[in-house]
Amino acid sequence: MPAGPTYEPIATQTLGSDAASVTFSSIPSTYTDLVLVSDYRLNTGDNFLILRFNSDTGSNYSFTNLYGEGTAAASDRSSNQTSARIGFYGSAQSNSIVSIMNYSNATTYKTAVSRDNTNTYVVSRVNLWRSTSAINSIVITTASPNITSGSTFTLYGIKAA
Amino acid sequence: MATTFTKIAAVTVGSGGAASIAFTSIPSTYTDLVLKWSGRIDNNNDFFIKFNSSTTNYSGKILYANSGSANSFNGGTDGKYLSGWPDQSANTANVFSNNEIYIPNYGSSNNKSFSVDTVKEDNSTDWFVGLLAGLWSDTTAINAVTLTLVSGSFVQYSTAVLYGIKNS
Repeated sequence: MPAGPTYEPIATQTLGSDAASVTFSSIPSTYTDLVLVSDYRLNTGDNFLILRFNSDTGSNYSFTNLYGEGTAAASDRSSNQTSARIGFYGSAQSNSIVSIMNYSNATTYKTAVSRDNTNTYVVSRVNLWRSTSAINSIVITTASPNITSGSTFTLYGIKAA
Repeated sequence: MATTFTKIAAVTVGSGGAASIAFTSIPSTYTDLVLKWSGRIDNNNDFFIKFNSSTTNYSGKILYANSGSANSFNGGTDGKYLSGWPDQSANTANVFSNNEIYIPNYGSSNNKSFSVDTVKEDNSTDWFVGLLAGLWSDTTAINAVTLTLVSGSFVQYSTAVLYGIKNS
């Protein structure tokens, strides 16, 4: 039986004013997996959040989406992107729950699964970051609008043992 | 280190059934809520989620598959279909669905966006894998969550557990 808690908050940020990005840096390597919980709104619609690991802006990301918009389901994917994606198009309060498995290993590429919920889409997504580097920072930003005041972002760590 | 994931309350429906499953007087001391429930109802009618007893200002998108192609439809403005899916009387006996509702930032003065995963499988005529995006357009802090029905009851052995998550 492992001792101590297995699900721990690493850091949380609540925006006091509109902001272009949120950063979690110096993420400790002492956990097994990460969970990023976001409750947010963008100050213009028709956009989404993007996510980068270790400030990597290279074309090292790809993702596949399965989504529904109330009348039909569909899937799409993008390769060789300069960021991962969370969230989806929507202008109302939204949430996203991203699980990043085995984030601190220095051997494999990193895969993340997310559930993204907006007023216009429900989404299940897989993101891939083609890097063997351990993840030590996460930047959440958007293509053009800001993230609104009152949005919250919390990073949790999960220990396997 | 504080305990992050804490059970707030649990309900197991008794032999008489229950018209609803309600968690009231939810403390404001957590950041997020997680409601895990397993359920079956004694008819084939509709089901709802209610926050703070409200029956208005809900919306939602539901993505589902029950073999064949995936599809999508909208939840009701009254919370219909946004609770996750119970098994129903038409399903194989003794089958109970599984559901998880995640409500981040439930005490905020923002509108409340929530996430639901739901599954049911009865080895016969009905199966369902669903992902739900829910929105309650109300800035009031959530202090009660109710799973309710248009008629009938949740049957005995339906269970629901409410957890609180702290971000510090």
